[in-house]
Amino acid sequence: MMSAKEALAVVHQLRGDEDIVITTMTPARDWMTMPQHPRDLVMVPSAMSHATSMGLGLALAQPDRRVIVCNGDGSMVMNLGSLVSIAEARTSNLTVLVFDNGTYEVTGSQRVPGAGTANFVQFADGAGFAATFQFSDIDTWRRGARNALFAPGPTFIWLRVESVAGMPGPKSPGPAGARATAFMAALGAK
Amino acid sequence: MFSGQQIAELLESLGVTHVVTVPDSTIGQWQEAIERRRATQLVRVCREGEAWQVAAGLYMGGKRPLVMIQCTGLFESGDAIRNAVHDWKLPLFAIIGYRSYLNQDTLPGDTCLVFTEPTLDAWKIDYRLITSADQLPTIAEHFTASRDRCAAGAILIAEGKA
Repeated sequence: MMSAKEALAVVHQLRGDEDIVITTMTPARDWMTMPQHPRDLVMVPSAMSHATSMGLGLALAQPDRRVIVCNGDGSMVMNLGSLVSIAEARTSNLTVLVFDNGTYEVTGSQRVPGAGTANFVQFADGAGFAATFQFSDIDTWRRGARNALFAPGPTFIWLRVESVAGMPGPKSPGPAGARATAFMAALGAK
Repeated sequence: MFSGQQIAELLESLGVTHVVTVPDSTIGQWQEAIERRRATQLVRVCREGEAWQVAAGLYMGGKRPLVMIQCTGLFESGDAIRNAVHDWKLPLFAIIGYRSYLNQDTLPGDTCLVFTEPTLDAWKIDYRLITSADQLPTIAEHFTASRDRCAAGAILIAEGKA
């Protein structure tokens, strides 16, 4: 197991200037403690489970950019079908990471169905992802992250991270409509 | 009511880049023509809530997507619509099959007739109801008007079977 924030910091360090990073739930909360980038999309408020779908749309629209989605395990099990949709679309520029702490941490650390038994890499493999990886300690993740994040995709990365009880949920960094406008400008989209 | 070719030509004329869809027995018949025409990319998703959020990503990425689903999928889509259209203020447009509107031979007493239009009203989505083939221009008019107002919109296509 590794700290979710340490694992996320590896993504923060390796993301390229042109890459898009979407964060939601616990990863969003921790991402907002790090320096922000115009091509970050902090999906707070969210429709829970739909960061992967939003990422698919962005990956289709911006095929020359890598789109990295930092998802939670509770969100992932709520929208497993999105893995099939992503594989169907064959988006080679999309990477989905699941930060699996086994709990709905932002609502008080209740247990997520399938915690400890569901195998996310098998889900992604079965859906037809081009590349899948799993990491459960920080040193191995640091060594393998670049190769995994930027592998020809769609790419799936399962990170086993520690749950931290008593942590608050992510707070919206500002009105979403205005942030959408700024984000689109950063992508050169009208 | 409409052929796939009519819809494919219409989508191309409107500049629709992607149709994000879960089919039903009416709108699903248009897929082949849309793909054959190649002007509009079909994106197949597994449930309708996904369709709105994929469309949201496409829109923010600079494309002009359209969601194409049945009204039963509209009911499934609630939180995704709330978030994309009202939180993120994205002016998404949908074509929605209105199950059992023309007849209820397959599903007598179909409650889609009770809930479809109130659901669109609840989500504050301005819609037009299409019940006959001569209303094809209404689709283009409402799409263009919604785009110009930067507002979400929808077309309800009356259907006669499940």
